[in-house]
Amino acid sequence: MATGERITAEGRGALVHLPRQPEAEPLTDPRQSDVDEWGRSEHTRELARRVYGPLYRQLFRVEWEGLEKIPTEGGALLVANHAGAIPSDAPVIMHGIEEELHRPVYGLADHIFKAMPIVGTMWARAGGVAAHPENAYRLLREQQQLVLVFPEGTKGPGKLYSERYQLRRFGRGGFVEIAMRAGVPVIPIAVMGAEESMPIVYKNAALAKLLGLPYVPLTANMLLLGPLGLVAYFPSKFKLRVLDPVHFDVPPDQERYSRSRIMDEAEDIRLRLQDNLYDMLRQRRSVWFG
Amino acid sequence: MGRRVLVTGLSTFWGGRLAQALEKDPDVDVIVGLDTQEPRVELERTEYVKADQSYSILSRIVQATQVDTILHTFLIVDSTRMSGRALHEINVIGTLNLLAAAGAAGSPVRQVAVKSSTLVYGSSWEDPVWFREEMARTHSAKTRVERSLLEAESYLHDFAEDNPHVVVTLLRFSNVLGTDIITPTSKALQLPAVPSILGFDPLVQFVEEDDVIRCLEFVMSEQVPGIYNVAGDGRLPWSEVARICGKRTWPLPPVFTNVAAGALGRVGVELPSELLDLMRYGRGVDNRRLKRAGFQYRYTSAGAVENFARASRLRNTVGDSRPAYKYEREVENFFQHSPAVVRNE
Repeated sequence: MATGERITAEGRGALVHLPRQPEAEPLTDPRQSDVDEWGRSEHTRELARRVYGPLYRQLFRVEWEGLEKIPTEGGALLVANHAGAIPSDAPVIMHGIEEELHRPVYGLADHIFKAMPIVGTMWARAGGVAAHPENAYRLLREQQQLVLVFPEGTKGPGKLYSERYQLRRFGRGGFVEIAMRAGVPVIPIAVMGAEESMPIVYKNAALAKLLGLPYVPLTANMLLLGPLGLVAYFPSKFKLRVLDPVHFDVPPDQERYSRSRIMDEAEDIRLRLQDNLYDMLRQRRSVWFG
Repeated sequence: MGRRVLVTGLSTFWGGRLAQALEKDPDVDVIVGLDTQEPRVELERTEYVKADQSYSILSRIVQATQVDTILHTFLIVDSTRMSGRALHEINVIGTLNLLAAAGAAGSPVRQVAVKSSTLVYGSSWEDPVWFREEMARTHSAKTRVERSLLEAESYLHDFAEDNPHVVVTLLRFSNVLGTDIITPTSKALQLPAVPSILGFDPLVQFVEEDDVIRCLEFVMSEQVPGIYNVAGDGRLPWSEVARICGKRTWPLPPVFTNVAAGALGRVGVELPSELLDLMRYGRGVDNRRLKRAGFQYRYTSAGAVENFARASRLRNTVGDSRPAYKYEREVENFFQHSPAVVRNE
């Protein structure tokens, strides 16, 4: 190794020109774990898949409609409605697409995860990414990946059971702007079942403020199952409907896009999702059996 | 005609290293090294000027030596080295005076390169995975070292605007690891167990010390203007950094971390709050702009850690084999100027 030689050479204190350090060995990357730049670990994800598989198949009995609308290559931004005190829809969509289409989905979630010990680390290792426009752009444009985002943010899962399937505001339409900038389509997914898997019956605003969390819920699961209800879902039947992709006919990589165009598109997607949710609810005979 | 270069902070690790590297460069005619303290490495042909960073002295030095290039390595990024006030004096006031001197009427300076740090991006839970050069930090700077670097950078922006004929290069270096450099991070990694924060395992990024010097030489010889992040490829979890060093991690509590770190400080393990933030949230900077400019890294982030681990193992076995260098003015004058010394030109 070069280190030893150099130390002795300089130690002699020669006044003559020292020979240039021999060129270092070619660039190697001696990694010891499989954690990638996004913080995901294939090892952890394999473990998560094994735990989540039975939940996906036996508990939620997930059924997809229109899965062929999700491309098998190229970037796309998936948007969906968001529900459940601890949202069950994100892992269902991610697990489902990874099992059925064999391509990874990067789920974007609130930064607050990163500030939480253990939860934040586990979430990142399992495939979650902080919802920063820069992260989304890099994934969609440069790496041509599938990215999942819930435009309602924490307002979706934080709503009471009495407000189920009523879509909240779609943020400021940032998801449309990112899709435009990245030059990828938006693919809306209507999710039915998540609302009933962990319904919120009461929220405490004061406690939430104290703990610095978006909401602190009392769920029906906790009332029925006690402490186990903190993590245990009800076996509601999941149905997911993939809607037609929305392509924006604008050049990518612009500094800004028309604010009104963004709001129009965002509102349009929200209405289509809402309509489809009502349609699916009209057809649903049972919360538990679909 | 060769380059005439002024290196600031000659007694610091980087100033000394850089002057040594420049001495081997045949295109560099004159190297003037500036500092308030004596150099700590052996130098062959660097002229050492012991001067404080006051404006009048600096402008006289610039005029007298007719330097065309200033390499400003004298920005302190390790806040454990000095008080906040001294740090402000060096980073902010020193840079202000240096740039004023470089921009004075009739100044011969045609290139200024400044060694800043990715500390200017901070480290928070709202950060993107990669910071690009034009992005701003997500939370305002809390620590003195970060604020002083931001101020120094803003003076450089003003300087670049006022002096369009000067090639201005701002280099933001990621955390450095290497064979010789000692930083709070390197000290933490040499403890029997590496401190970490319970429940957090953030992705960190490193640049190897030789790549730092190579980068400074690169921007000087290629005259590349602009702002560049300098960091090895890839990010790796803090736990993996410890593992490559052959260490276990010792978690600090996630709440009242500062209190715990303060207690460690009492027993000589200094963990500045910049490092605590890094151990909680990590940081990543996009290094592709510098690569597009033509620079080739020799080490990835993990490679820098590995190289550091090897050097530590050697040091643990044989001790610090390099004899401490003591600057003696008369001896240096003799070597540099006496006709009795045979120089191989």
